[in-house]
Amino acid sequence: MSEDITKLEKIASQVRRDIVRMVHACQSGHPGGSLGCTDFFVALYFSIMKRKQGFEMDGIGEDLFFLSNGHISPVFYSTLARAGYFEVSELATFRKIDSRLQGHPTTHEGLPGIRVASGSLGQGLSVAIGAALAKKLNHDDNLVYALMGDGEQQEGQIWEAAMYAPYNKVDNLIATIDYNGQQIDGATEDVLSLGNLKAKWESFGWDVLEMNGNSMAEVVSGLQEAKAHTGKGKPVLILMKTEMGNGVDFMMGSHKWHGVAPNDEQLAAALAQLEETLGDY
Amino acid sequence: MKKYTYTEKKDTRSGFGAGLLEAGRRNDRVVALCADLIGSLKMNDFIKAFPDRFFQIGIAEANMMGIAAGLTIGGKIPYTGTFANFSTGRVYDQIRQSIAYSDKNVKICASHAGLTLGEDGATHQILEDIGLMKMLPGMTVINPCDYNQTKAATMAIADLHGPVYLRFGRPVVPVFTDTNQKFEIGKAWMVNEGKDVSIFATGHLVWEAIQAGEQLADLGIDAEIINIHTIKPLDEEAVLRSVAKTGCVVTAEEHNRLGGLGDSIAQVLAKHRPTPQEYVAVNDSFGESGTPAQLMEKYGLNAANIVAAVQRVIKRK
Repeated sequence: MSEDITKLEKIASQVRRDIVRMVHACQSGHPGGSLGCTDFFVALYFSIMKRKQGFEMDGIGEDLFFLSNGHISPVFYSTLARAGYFEVSELATFRKIDSRLQGHPTTHEGLPGIRVASGSLGQGLSVAIGAALAKKLNHDDNLVYALMGDGEQQEGQIWEAAMYAPYNKVDNLIATIDYNGQQIDGATEDVLSLGNLKAKWESFGWDVLEMNGNSMAEVVSGLQEAKAHTGKGKPVLILMKTEMGNGVDFMMGSHKWHGVAPNDEQLAAALAQLEETLGDY
Repeated sequence: MKKYTYTEKKDTRSGFGAGLLEAGRRNDRVVALCADLIGSLKMNDFIKAFPDRFFQIGIAEANMMGIAAGLTIGGKIPYTGTFANFSTGRVYDQIRQSIAYSDKNVKICASHAGLTLGEDGATHQILEDIGLMKMLPGMTVINPCDYNQTKAATMAIADLHGPVYLRFGRPVVPVFTDTNQKFEIGKAWMVNEGKDVSIFATGHLVWEAIQAGEQLADLGIDAEIINIHTIKPLDEEAVLRSVAKTGCVVTAEEHNRLGGLGDSIAQVLAKHRPTPQEYVAVNDSFGESGTPAQLMEKYGLNAANIVAAVQRVIKRK
């Protein structure tokens, strides 16, 4: 394993620690999806995306990321803090009164790194398409990334956006679906089956790739491959298989930890499985 | 009563089309989006002049609002165009989260508002849109009264940073405001000074209020007529200054009585100067098919209704 991957894995371990500590501290929030997407976020922000120092809303001359499934805010906030957008100590304010780290991400409190509010599902892909179109108008050849949930695929607006982007050749866009098969009420297969997602997105005209979202090496290579697919007339979609709760054994593979915080004992058990690599906040 | 005349009738949506073209000429950050209603929204001239800055979204209004929000990231000033119903009620949550709460500089431009959409009927005649939009924190709500004012408003909103709801209509109506007026967002326009009653009117009802003012003058009633083109932020000073003089109020709008201009005025008065008020508005009902004139008469939104409301409210002083 390369040194780079080892380094990213160390960051991911710290981000997972942050996630469980954040949701424990406020006894609310969504640890399951956050843990499942940690490798993706860390790879994106510490290896894949071209980012400028500091934060400007317009993001001209750099890659942009939009989180559509805003409930996995813990992983987003931890990643942003660890990437230097704001002090890691601010993670302690998550979901508390007067915080910039609202339950779901928002621009409203001026938190650097956030470009649109999300939480009400189904909206983020449309916003990412708009930002990608603005990049084309500005002759800015950087990329736009978006992450959606799989349960979110049940929202109609997703398919409006899915239809628009290929027809209009929005090929500077890489959208990813966190394909963990779980939603609040149970398995997606039981709640409302998504059917053959790959075939659906392909039939809409997307260049569809698949990757394992819980192997840092595979996430990095998968995202690199996706980048190589941009600029060829089609938007790119990655079906990213993840395990909800990945990294904490008793949270893995079940929808039960979608939106439940660990108690003191569970927190200790989780932290025992996650090495402190960058220093807790 | 100050005399207002007109030489032609035009639709306010054409004022939007002309204003959009001019806004596009003045500022290359202005872009436009439409959900399969280019002709109805009069966007053809903009598209011809700036084809690269126009986005045909198809019949997908939720996606249009999201794409508009995204276009602001990168510095664009998107104008979305569709009917008022599909600009608001259909996409309320998209506007709320991706535009208003996210403080995105999107101009939501809505044609065919109110009853005067006519024959298409209640499915398309939204009468709740002003209320929906004014409840959103940070949203500016503008409902101009004729072609010239709509054109001026369409240009003015490009220079205001923040989300705007711009409401206009389908039918041709008298063009009676100045050709090259400067549109001041949030500033009421004194149409006619008077001392017996304050008539606050918006949109198509401004011309009806002028007609009413002439009839009232014949009855010996000196009506002050004020055009509230910006419903939010409301020009509270203009409202209170007028009411201090007249002591009674009639509000007139092509909207549900609940949640519209009348409610905004009543709230100011309840706090600062409780005053008798009568509403000329749709009385908590849906519309129906018919010609614009038939509908305005049946639902009580024409000059005669304003005259009757004035007579009622003066007795309550």
